[in-house]
Amino acid sequence: MAADVAGILEIDQDLHTEAMLLNMGPSHPATHGTVRFVLTLDGESILKCDTEIGYLHRGFEKMCESSTWTQVFPFTDRLNYVSPLINNFGYAMTVEKLLGLKVPIRTEYIRTILSEMSRMSDYLTCLAAGALELGGFTAFLYAVEGREFLWDLIEEVTGQRMMTNYGRIGGLKDDLTDGFAEKWKALAPHLRYLVDAVHKLLTRNRIFIDRMEGTGIISQAEAISYGFTGPCLRSTGVEYDVRKAFPYHAYDKVDFDLVVGSAGDNYDRYLVRMEEIIQSMRIIDQCLDQMEPGPINCDDPRVLLPPKSSVYNSIEGMINHFKLIFEGIQVPAGEVYGYVEGGNGELGYYIVSNGSGRPWKIKVRPPCFYLMGGMAKMVEGAMLADIIPTFDTINLIGGEIDR
Amino acid sequence: MSKKALNRVKKQFKKQLIDTHSQCGDETIIVGRESLHEVVAFLKTDAETSFDMLSDVTAVDWLGVRDDYRFEVVYHFLSLSLRQRMRVKVPLTDADPTIDSISDLYHSANWAEREVFDMYGIRFNGHPDPRRMLLYEEFEGHPLRKDYSILASQPRIDLLDVERPTTNLYQPNYGEYGLAKEVH
Repeated sequence: MAADVAGILEIDQDLHTEAMLLNMGPSHPATHGTVRFVLTLDGESILKCDTEIGYLHRGFEKMCESSTWTQVFPFTDRLNYVSPLINNFGYAMTVEKLLGLKVPIRTEYIRTILSEMSRMSDYLTCLAAGALELGGFTAFLYAVEGREFLWDLIEEVTGQRMMTNYGRIGGLKDDLTDGFAEKWKALAPHLRYLVDAVHKLLTRNRIFIDRMEGTGIISQAEAISYGFTGPCLRSTGVEYDVRKAFPYHAYDKVDFDLVVGSAGDNYDRYLVRMEEIIQSMRIIDQCLDQMEPGPINCDDPRVLLPPKSSVYNSIEGMINHFKLIFEGIQVPAGEVYGYVEGGNGELGYYIVSNGSGRPWKIKVRPPCFYLMGGMAKMVEGAMLADIIPTFDTINLIGGEIDR
Repeated sequence: MSKKALNRVKKQFKKQLIDTHSQCGDETIIVGRESLHEVVAFLKTDAETSFDMLSDVTAVDWLGVRDDYRFEVVYHFLSLSLRQRMRVKVPLTDADPTIDSISDLYHSANWAEREVFDMYGIRFNGHPDPRRMLLYEEFEGHPLRKDYSILASQPRIDLLDVERPTTNLYQPNYGEYGLAKEVH
């Protein structure tokens, strides 16, 4: 018997093996259609992961340079298309920073509420897709149901589920609809029930834990060096959230907890997202309590379109309207970097103006671009199957990363 | 927001700094490309600046606006511990748009610099993987340059007979991953 074992070992050592090149994506159901991994495998272990992005590149920055400042809003919807409102408000905030505008307090609250709703829908989509790809179809249905309820409410306010185009420089397209607060109050317990259902299905599920715990690990120092932000950075234990570190909108007026993990693995990223959904609900509740009626647009004629009665009945109103539409808002020359906490982390806009009605340069800092840059580090040395949960918790959004 | 850090850099690099400003509360320093690496290494390690994250790299094309230079490479730094930010800009001429890579200091510079090369054709000396980032190898020109027309189209490329070679095919080093097996 012992001789047999020795013989097998000897054969094993002589067996000729070589590294295999495997192409995963861009059309692979788990890569969400837009990313390609060129993997060098030894059996099922990943020796090298070469990530190729750019399949959804459509020249966002080039298009912006030939649009007026206002025409950029629909383009920003299509960056992170799961949470477009955050992109809208982030861009509006950056241009306002360069203009030196201050928006009314009610606008700050509405922006906070809708940003948090978008964040929840972003997280729910990420968790749903993640559960689905690990075989948890029921959890997917619960999470997506929650997302649909949120998007119904967003549709009611903005007119669209996804491509909202709701932000405006110096304000918003419209006020919240009547009865928004009541509808949210009716929705919140159901949303809480759905999140709890996902918890019950996944959090202590043996199969789920086996796939998530201890996979896709990244250390704190490496996460920082790779430029990680958002839930992925917080899962390593770094207490950094733009909403807390550099408060904007109305985040300094509400009370919420900073959620951090410790291990930096997929399971921690999942837990951070689950808890942040609860925190987002808290923020919305507080905002609705604190909000008071008031104007939603700043009254600066340099940026605000005049009321229609004035456009049709007075020459000044008509000229003002014409100039704002055709020449665009005149933004003073200069450069500015604005940043908000997006669904995946710090969403930054670097804009340069030459003093005209069109941007000279707009650069978006997509958070998942840097997350994907670090993904090779997270999966190299791990198993092929670990790519799926790691890719899901990174939450790549094609529109945002490829622009 | 980070005036203190700006003053610290000003004091340390009196000669190397071309200019500084704090427009809209964004502290900015402008340095020559020869001292970029040195300044960034200082920003990263000094206790008063401690910019541990490179949050973004991009470039601006000033074609037809500036006479003395054409490109500006723009770096945005963030300090997680001190909660401050700084922007570093480096002017480059049209004749020689090259600059030292800082990917040895920050991992995030790797992909970000590849994208700047892709979009503006700025070369980064010492970059470990100088490929295009978002576009394909056969793409002609650099689309975010101001002289690249928004109506420009690209030539159709022939079907490749073979897979486009991955430029840095991996040379397995099994010991690195603690795997017992050896390749013959």
